[in-house]
Formats: sequence, C-alpha cells, structure tokens
Amino acid sequence: MTVMEQRGGYRPTPPPAWQPRTDPAPLLPDAEPYRVLGTPAAAKADPELLRRLYAHVVRGRRYNAQATALTKQGRLAVYPSTTGQEASEVAAALALQERDWLFPSYRDTLAAVVRGVDPVQALTLLRGDRHTGYDPYEHRVAPLCTPLATQLPHAVGLAHAARLKGDDVVALAMVGDGGTSEGDFHEALNFAAVWQAPVVFLVQNNGFAISVPLAKQTAAPSLAHKAVGYGMPGRLVDGNDAAAVHEVLGEAVDRARQGGGPTLIEAITYRIDAHTNADDATRYRAADEVETWRAHDPVVLLERELTERGLLDEDGIRAVRDDAEAMAADLRERMNQDPVLDPMDLFAHVYAEPTPQLREQRDLLRAELAAEHDDREGTHR
Amino acid sequence: MTTVAVKPATMAQALTRALRDAMAADPAVHVLGEDVGTLGGVFRVTDGLAKEFGEDRCTDTPLAEAGILGTAVGMAMYGLRPVVEMQFDAFAYPAFEQLISHVARMRNRTGGRMPLPITIRVPYGGGIGGVEHHSDSSEAYYMATPGLHVVTPATVADAYGLLRASIASDDPVVFLEPKRLYWSKDTWNPEDPGTVEPIGRAVVRRTGRSATLITYGPSVPVCLEAAEAARAEGWDLEVVDLRSLVPFDDETVCASVRRTGRAVVVHESGGFGGPGGEIAARVTERCFHHLEAPVLRVAGFDIPYPPPMLERHHLPGVDRILDAVARLQWEADN
Repeated sequence: MTVMEQRGGYRPTPPPAWQPRTDPAPLLPDAEPYRVLGTPAAAKADPELLRRLYAHVVRGRRYNAQATALTKQGRLAVYPSTTGQEASEVAAALALQERDWLFPSYRDTLAAVVRGVDPVQALTLLRGDRHTGYDPYEHRVAPLCTPLATQLPHAVGLAHAARLKGDDVVALAMVGDGGTSEGDFHEALNFAAVWQAPVVFLVQNNGFAISVPLAKQTAAPSLAHKAVGYGMPGRLVDGNDAAAVHEVLGEAVDRARQGGGPTLIEAITYRIDAHTNADDATRYRAADEVETWRAHDPVVLLERELTERGLLDEDGIRAVRDDAEAMAADLRERMNQDPVLDPMDLFAHVYAEPTPQLREQRDLLRAELAAEHDDREGTHR
Repeated sequence: MTTVAVKPATMAQALTRALRDAMAADPAVHVLGEDVGTLGGVFRVTDGLAKEFGEDRCTDTPLAEAGILGTAVGMAMYGLRPVVEMQFDAFAYPAFEQLISHVARMRNRTGGRMPLPITIRVPYGGGIGGVEHHSDSSEAYYMATPGLHVVTPATVADAYGLLRASIASDDPVVFLEPKRLYWSKDTWNPEDPGTVEPIGRAVVRRTGRSATLITYGPSVPVCLEAAEAARAEGWDLEVVDLRSLVPFDDETVCASVRRTGRAVVVHESGGFGGPGGEIAARVTERCFHHLEAPVLRVAGFDIPYPPPMLERHHLPGVDRILDAVARLQWEADN
C-alpha cells in the first residue's frame, strides 16, 4: 500500500449524512500554555536535561548579546535578536535526533548554532559575505530563510520524501507569529496534514511582527487553534519555559516519527530586543511591558528551578557563564577577521555549468578586476 | 534488420512517454500536481503514470501551486527529482515566490551545495479557445529570473528529447509546453523515441537565404507556414527554432543572421519587455555589420490576453509575419 493510499477515500456525502471527518476535540490546544518549571511537573524532569538546557540558554543569551554588539562594531550588517526567546530556540534544536532536519527562519541562527552549526558560518548571511555560510547537509539545517514561511513547505516536502524512501527522519520548521499570516504557512500545514508528513511546526509567538502586534495579525482564538482547521493537533506552550518547550516538541517529534503526522505548536514568548538593531521598538511598545517579561525570562526560570532544587550552585552557575564567555570571545575574535571573498565566485553557482551568457559576463568582470589591479599598481609606481 | 512501422504520434503522447521513461529509468523521479494522478492531467500528459508507478510516484496534490512547488523543493533537497505540473500558465503565478526566491537560487545561495533538480512543466500560450487566464505566454518572467533554464519544444521529437534532458538536468528547468501543439502529430517512433536533446541548442528548421525568422514553441509552425507562403513573394526564409530561451544559443542564431543579413523575431508573448527585445538586441550587438535592415519583432499585442473570440487578431499569424518581412529594406524598395 502506498503512502497516498493509506489516507483512505473520502467522498462528499449528502447533507443528512454529513458528519465531521474526524472529531475536532482531541486536536484542540489546552486553554493554558503548558508549563513545567515552577510547577509539580518539574519534579519529573530529568535533572541532567535541565542542566543541559540551562547551559545552552545561558550560552544563547550571551550569543545574542555578542551578535548585537557586532552590529555596533560594523561586523554584522544586521542582527535579528532572539533575546528572551532562547528557551524555544534551544529546545527546538535539542528536541531533534541527529538524522532529523531543522528549517530555520532568518531569526533562528541560535537554533542552528545549538544544532552544531559554527556560529561564524551561521552569521555569514547577516555579515553579508555569503547567503549560506554552512553546508546544509552537515548538520541537516536548511539555509536560513528570509521570505517568511516559505521554508515551511520545504520541510513538508523533505519529510515526505524521507518517508517515501522509508527513512526515519522528522523535519522541524520554525516560523514567527507574523509568518502565520502568509499563504505558504497555510499551504504547508495543509500539505503536511493531507500527506501525514512527519513534520513539526513551531510558531514562536514573540508578540510582534516587527511593529505589528498579534491582534492585528489574526482573529484566531490562538495560533495553535489554526491546527484544527488542517486536521492536526495544536499545542500551546510557554515558550520561555525550556523544559516545557522541549517536552512538547519531543512528544510531537515522537508522534511524527511513529507515523502520527504533523503537529502545530505555538510557543508564547516575547522579543525583548527590537526586531533588529535597525528597528526602534519604543515607537510601538511601552518599556514597562518589556520589564514585565523580564521577570518571566528563560534564564531566570531555569536558574530558579535548578538552584531551588539544589541541582545548581554558585560554582555551577559560574562554570556555565565562563563557558558562555569563552564562546563569545571566540566568536568576537573570529568575526573581527575580514572574510576573504573572490568576486569571480559570483558566477560559480548560478547553474551547474555557466551559460554562454554568464561566461561572457565572467570575462567582463575578470577584465574589470585586472584593470583595477593595474590602476592600483600604477599608483604605487 | 527489421523495420519498425513509424506511426504519427502527438506531442502530448511524446511528453507522456518521456515522463514514463524518466520514471522507469530513475526511481528518484516523482510527478506531482493537480489532477495528475487518477485523471492523468487535464491534458492527459500524465496519463497512466499513477497506475504504472503508484500514487507515491505520481501524486494528486492539494490545489495550491506554491505548496506544490514548495514541497517539491523539500523533496529535491532530500535527493528526489520532482517533476511538477502547473495546470495552466496563469495558474503558475501563485508559485512565483517559491520559484524566484528558492528554486532559481538555492544552488547559488548554498554555494553549490544544494542544487534543485526540479522540472516545472507549464502548458502555455493561446490558440486553443481558452477562456480568461488559460492562454498566457509567461516566458519573459521566467527568462528574467537567473538560475532557471527555460525550454520549449515545437516538435513531437523535441518534446520527448527536451523533457528527458530537463528531468536529467541538475538545475531547475521551466519546461513550457505549447498548448496548441499538444495534438500536433508527427512521425515519431515511440519504440525508438530518439536521443536526449542537449538544453541550450537552437536548430534550423528550414534553411533559406533571404531572411531569418527567429522563433520558438507555438510560433514555429506558424513561421514555417509563413516561409512557405513567402516563396510566392520571392523570399527564401530560414526558420530558427530556439528550443531553449535560457541558455540562449547566440551561436546558431547569429550564424543564421550573418548568412541571411535580415531577421524577424516571432512570438506570441507581448512585444514590450518580451523575449523579442532581448533577442533583437543580442542579434544587433553581434551581427550589426551583417545586417541589411533593423531586426524586427512580430509579437502578440501588449494587452491582457483577449477573450477567445478575439484571440486570432492578437496572435502573430502568417500575414503579420510576411508584412514584417516586407519591411526588411529590400533593394527593390530603395
């Protein structure tokens, strides 16, 4: 039986016989976002996992600070920060097995880094020297995607292809609250559900699409509720609670892996920084709103849980912070080196083989470069 | 040696055969689109493929072109070789963002690490009495997008050879199928369907000495007809079938124009911002000293595609082509 045949037949039935194809109730998200830290559920959490999440979240916070600093030093053209969202970024990367695939948006360099991508390679897009600085096949991280939600159908197609080949691969696609308004979000979720593709969609609802708040983005009860319309379960989770996001993502990934189909997860979080360093968030939100969220910070939540339960002491905190500092120092040092670029590479990967037209243009650029070189030599003389 | 009886076959049949042979030759080839499975496509080009290869290889998708092409991108990332069908030219537009922002540039934006061998079949052009949104000539949009190959056959044999080449290509190919030639017949042997044509080579369909008609796809038979009619006027016209708009075969085109000294570009697409402007410029830049007259264009009007009852006035026909040829500054005019 083919994957397509497993979906079974569906024919419209006359009105008296009509009934929903599936019971929508089990697909509905809970009324409250799922939480672990600071709740009785935390007692069941693996202490080793909590410590691991903590170390990554602290590193992630430091990474965000360092990348933002690099924009001020002119070493990055632009940086869309995930300060405040580290729990979701980290959990997304850690919920996957090595053979799985991650489909990040341009804001999700941190998730790519946690998955193993070298931070310098993850940042080349934002430095402006190459669109994708890493090999997507090395850590199974798709290229950072700038056109909103357009990477979601890619995740569906890749997961579907893996399933057709009989491979045990799950794809996790990341998108923001603004991205859920895009047509590609709708089409990706629909294809995923129809094909029962092993995909997990993680929406980080950080409150703003640049300046536009969620109320102007959607009239849905929640973004997680959108899942029901596609026939997949929706889950609502506290996006600042790394343990909760990790658990909910883990369940969705397992479900996808076992042939249960896709899940839509809405992680409620908050973008502490502006959209990017080029944005001014004071134009559209009050400072005290940001302060409220600082009390519900991913680092604070984990640190409190771990210290209150005696799983982390001052030395442990210091070791984690030192490790984060070392990462930042290494990133700073390597980002302070000018990238080496060859203009002739412009023509290298447009097609497998350059067209005759591109060969002509390549010759033109080569001649221009030679003339520039001669001019420079001439001035020296 | 036995002689195989060669029966006339249609372009649609040759395309079906190309898909079937490609799927049989390579299990990575997957066909997806709207109505391509059980129905066999609205033009029946995918007829029988779902039955022969199963629904996982020839898949009826939800009705969403961006989703079709977007999921094909993911499938290609994982090593498959998707062939997607856009049901009609104008229905390919919802997929433009995937096409332009991903399909065309994924190889480039990953430094060559993630090529996307996707073939996008698009039935295009008018002349079949189609109602609104069913007759567009959209090739200029594709030509203007770096990273895509743009191919269009005009003969039954080329339909087979070029589609096989497109599917075999490691780059994305927009494969434009002239709708009104789907039912054109030619002697073509499905048991010996011919060679896989290289993408990027034009071909001289008719040799002539007076002037060159540069054309492609649905306008090739019109130009051949015009060339026959021109004999009565004393003109011996050469007809070049481009077959591939990207890459463009400057060599074959310019060799012909240098021989004849005169050229007319013929296509259905509108003239303003259309392929003909690029072609005329390329020919002029390369063959100026061989030209006896400016390169002229015969194109569709710069109007939204008209209602079918008026389309014959829009489409370039034999008379409009011959009128253009007459304006090529013949010595008798001087």
